[in-house]
Amino acid sequence: MNSVLAPEIEQHGFNFSNCRRNEKLIHDGFKPPKATKTGTTIVGIIYKHGVILGADTRATSGNIVSDKNCEKIHFLAKNMYCCGAGTAADTEMTTKMIASQLELHRLNTNRVVPVPCASTLLKQYLFRYQGHVSAALVLGGVDNQGPHIYCIYPHGSTDKLPYATMGSGSLAAMSVFESRWKPDMEEEEGKKLVRDAIAAGIFNDLGSGSNVDLCIIRKDSTQYLRNYELANEKGVRNLDYTYKRGTTGVLSVKKIAFDVVEESTSGIEKMDTN
Amino acid sequence: MLGINQFPEYQVPGAVQHQFNPYENNGGSIVAIAGDNFAVIGADTRLSAGYNIFTRNHSKLFQLTSSAVLASCGNWCDSDTLTSILQTRVRQYSDTHENKEISLNAIAQLLSTMMYGRRFFPYYVSNILAGIYEGKGYVYSYDPIGHCERHTYRAGGSSSALLQPILDNQIGLKNMEEKPTIPLTVDRAVKLVTDTFISAAERDIYTGDGVKISIITENGVEERQIPLRKD
Repeated sequence: MNSVLAPEIEQHGFNFSNCRRNEKLIHDGFKPPKATKTGTTIVGIIYKHGVILGADTRATSGNIVSDKNCEKIHFLAKNMYCCGAGTAADTEMTTKMIASQLELHRLNTNRVVPVPCASTLLKQYLFRYQGHVSAALVLGGVDNQGPHIYCIYPHGSTDKLPYATMGSGSLAAMSVFESRWKPDMEEEEGKKLVRDAIAAGIFNDLGSGSNVDLCIIRKDSTQYLRNYELANEKGVRNLDYTYKRGTTGVLSVKKIAFDVVEESTSGIEKMDTN
Repeated sequence: MLGINQFPEYQVPGAVQHQFNPYENNGGSIVAIAGDNFAVIGADTRLSAGYNIFTRNHSKLFQLTSSAVLASCGNWCDSDTLTSILQTRVRQYSDTHENKEISLNAIAQLLSTMMYGRRFFPYYVSNILAGIYEGKGYVYSYDPIGHCERHTYRAGGSSSALLQPILDNQIGLKNMEEKPTIPLTVDRAVKLVTDTFISAAERDIYTGDGVKISIITENGVEERQIPLRKD
């Protein structure tokens, strides 16, 4: 049964039915709409008591900033967060789906989910789509084995590192880590280092900008510091841009008279559960 | 034009197809406003390519005479070449005319001719010329191959599509029933140019760092610089 009124529920997973049509449209000269990309600087480090993740907050489509304060540090589990760079929809949906699988895994096993488990789930998923799911991730978390930072590339390869950077600002951020990262850093020193790495991306990479987000994951606590630093203040305009009432012209007026039918509703009836 | 791409059956592996693209977009935005007896022209000071910033303090304004300033953005080396040739021509004019300064409308025509001369290998630049001629303010804008048009206000460069509607609204007073009657003074024009750049820096990744403004009156050219966001 498939009709306009009762459409068949779509199967889960990706739907490729428009591929042929879109290919022909592009061949005929149609310009497809741009996806929102997060040019992005994302980083993660291991410090004395866990990991610190950091991200900027700019989302772009081409040369236009589409979101000045977006969230790039995604929740995976209580002890795991994941920074995402690449196509915004891909990073968002991929991390959401893996977060759900990790929660089911935790309920099945009744133990803290190990970080390598999330890394494996992510890399197997990304490899399956051969880089078409363009998510470049920095995964960070603490499990019973200690702190972990993983770099996950869109084609499904992974690196396990003490400090990692991803996105278009990765070189700017890595230059900060290469000069100042050392093992067993204190939390305040680590936060400062991550902030400086993100700030390097914000100011020197045009794909990154606006504010600094941080996420600190310790052995038994997490702290999400959204907008830890407002690296860029919004510019203040000199002139007033309000208009007098009546500036917008009224082209035509059409009055629609309604017959008001009085209607009253009583409180919601209790469902009969006997 | 026909090339090897139109004959795929003749393409062979290992055959090198030579191609050279000399153009690069170095971003930047420019805005100019003409008043009754003045002209204001502004340009941001960021020079970039791709996702990189080359410098945060690069002037895109070129003062040609005591009453004409050219703003040029797009391909940096083309604007550099074009403006230096133009500056030479301006100098040659005064040298051959008993130190008389070339007039604004003569520069406007000269620039158009110079650009159309490169019709089939154009200078990849967006130009706006502003100044005063016989006491009145003028703005001329150009396309890359030398089409010249006179305006009272104009935006160009990477944020042109963002800035032109603001000017249409605030100076052109387009699509308004009750038009406000605010006189366009030098002060208002400078503030308006500053505000458009503040807005452009919020949303355009190629505009930012600072804005340089030249105010052209019968007393000469005054320059100002205002900082913008640096991300």
